[in-house]
Amino acid sequence: MAKRIESVGLSAYYGGFRAIEDVSVVIEPKTITALIGPSGCGKSTFLRTLNRLHEVVPGARVTGQLLLDDEDIYGPGVDATGVRRTIGMVFQRPNPFPTMSIYDNVAAGLRLNGVKRKGVLDDAVERSLQGANLWKEVKDRLTKPGAGLSGGQQQRLCIARAIAVEPQVLLMDEPCSALDPISTLAIEDLMTELKDRFTIVIVTHNMQQAARVSDRTGFFTIEATGEPGRLVEIDDTQKIFSNPGEKRTEDYITGRFG
Amino acid sequence: MSLGSLPPVTTDPASARPGAPDQPVPSLPRTAGRTAERRGDRAFRGLSLSAGLSLLGIILAIAVFLVVKAIPALQDNTASFLTDRVWDPNNAQPAFGIVALAFGTVLSSVLALLMALPVALGVALFISHVAPRRLAGVLGYVIDLLAAVPSVVYGLWGIFFLNDKVVVASAFLHEHAGWFPLFGGDDIFGRSIFLASIVLAIMILPIIASLSREVFLQVPVSQQEAALALGATRWEMIRTAVLPFGKPGVIGATMLGLGRALGETIAVAIVLSPAFVVSLDILSTNSGNTIAANVALGFAEASSTGRGALIASGLVLFAITLVVNVIARAIIYRRREFAGAL
Repeated sequence: MAKRIESVGLSAYYGGFRAIEDVSVVIEPKTITALIGPSGCGKSTFLRTLNRLHEVVPGARVTGQLLLDDEDIYGPGVDATGVRRTIGMVFQRPNPFPTMSIYDNVAAGLRLNGVKRKGVLDDAVERSLQGANLWKEVKDRLTKPGAGLSGGQQQRLCIARAIAVEPQVLLMDEPCSALDPISTLAIEDLMTELKDRFTIVIVTHNMQQAARVSDRTGFFTIEATGEPGRLVEIDDTQKIFSNPGEKRTEDYITGRFG
Repeated sequence: MSLGSLPPVTTDPASARPGAPDQPVPSLPRTAGRTAERRGDRAFRGLSLSAGLSLLGIILAIAVFLVVKAIPALQDNTASFLTDRVWDPNNAQPAFGIVALAFGTVLSSVLALLMALPVALGVALFISHVAPRRLAGVLGYVIDLLAAVPSVVYGLWGIFFLNDKVVVASAFLHEHAGWFPLFGGDDIFGRSIFLASIVLAIMILPIIASLSREVFLQVPVSQQEAALALGATRWEMIRTAVLPFGKPGVIGATMLGLGRALGETIAVAIVLSPAFVVSLDILSTNSGNTIAANVALGFAEASSTGRGALIASGLVLFAITLVVNVIARAIIYRRREFAGAL
């Protein structure tokens, strides 16, 4: 199920611009890793290299290795769509498919995988919605449009959609930045539950959030505009927030810059 | 209430106003009148309202004109207007029926739509989601250019260039697929409903493609990435995120195209050999006629009753277009909850 991620000398480019440089990191299975850092430091770009979504932007490319349990997902002959089927993603703004019902949103990934039998879909939809703590709220209106839910519910619907295909890794790109504090709390509780089944990587601007939910925290930064982003350090969350190894990390988390 | 701390009564605005002694002092600037509406807002509302009303007025005027002018001719008609397949309104005993014309109009337009829609959607998707940016720009420009070509040019091209090719294709279809209801019939010599449909299809293709492309470009990147992140291939992403999102817009574009096909006059009048028959043998010469083309061909030599008959046919065309648009609206309205705008 949950897999280990290791990046080796990973760099990502947008055309000629190098967005992140030489990121080497190990992410253990069934942990939550938070990536923090100032805007434009490349943490979201790094997240998008983990499921090969980076390369859908025209001109974008990646160098280096990214091992998912020893298999390089950028290796020759590896199909990007296959990678994305094993690594789920939740985005900054809730993006349920507006033309689909709640049920169809959750079933979308399974249908892409060719699952057609209604019994299988029904089970997966219920299990995923329960996994996303949304089942009780929507079980009587599964045929209603997903876009009719509140922002926090929509984001949990997107989480249900992502976990419905039983991915090995779950990536979350600032999943709470468009939500109110109560919805944020619901998502954070959910992440702690999902940790038992998935390897979770979350990008967040909210340092309290990183401190609350994550086991490990990585700090990205850039030297100056136009420079590539680099991973300054990654360590146990408690250590990063109490006694970071780098002065730049300490400056950032204490609010002295960024 | 103690008045000790208040200013003298005569200058207190609240109590100076007769009939409302306890009303609080207005603290925001007020304008006279029922609502606090500024002059600019009023002018804008008036202008936009009258623009909207004038549109309704024009449609009403057209409908009234058609009905009033058609009635005398319909009263003189010796045939049944709705069912007889004849068009001889300039006779001393005028006889004319709409069924053949209405059938030809709808048949040629629907065939044109069936031919144009898949190609138009393919072109629109290619430009919006597949082609490299520079090629997409050039293609988009060409499509807009095609939409701007006058219909008389399409008509001339259809009769002098396309007709020969269509005759060859018609003979082939008739020979190898003559069992198919549309490909039967005799005298396959061109100038058929088939030729008219092809010309119409080429004419409405750029309209549908251009509007659909605009709709497909509106699909939010977040929707497309949601599909890709689930492991969708490009085609699956288009099927999951792009097509459903664009559906109402594509229906609208299709209806605009169908509207143009239904009302197209000169191109059909040029290419079609008119006949007042209800026939599915679209490959045959004299396989039908359309309302608009019939008006164009018949108006110059029409008697007063003949003109009335043509106007009556125009009224039917008006009604057909109205029905088509109502159906399109109903389709979009039925799915409004899932309309896509976030």
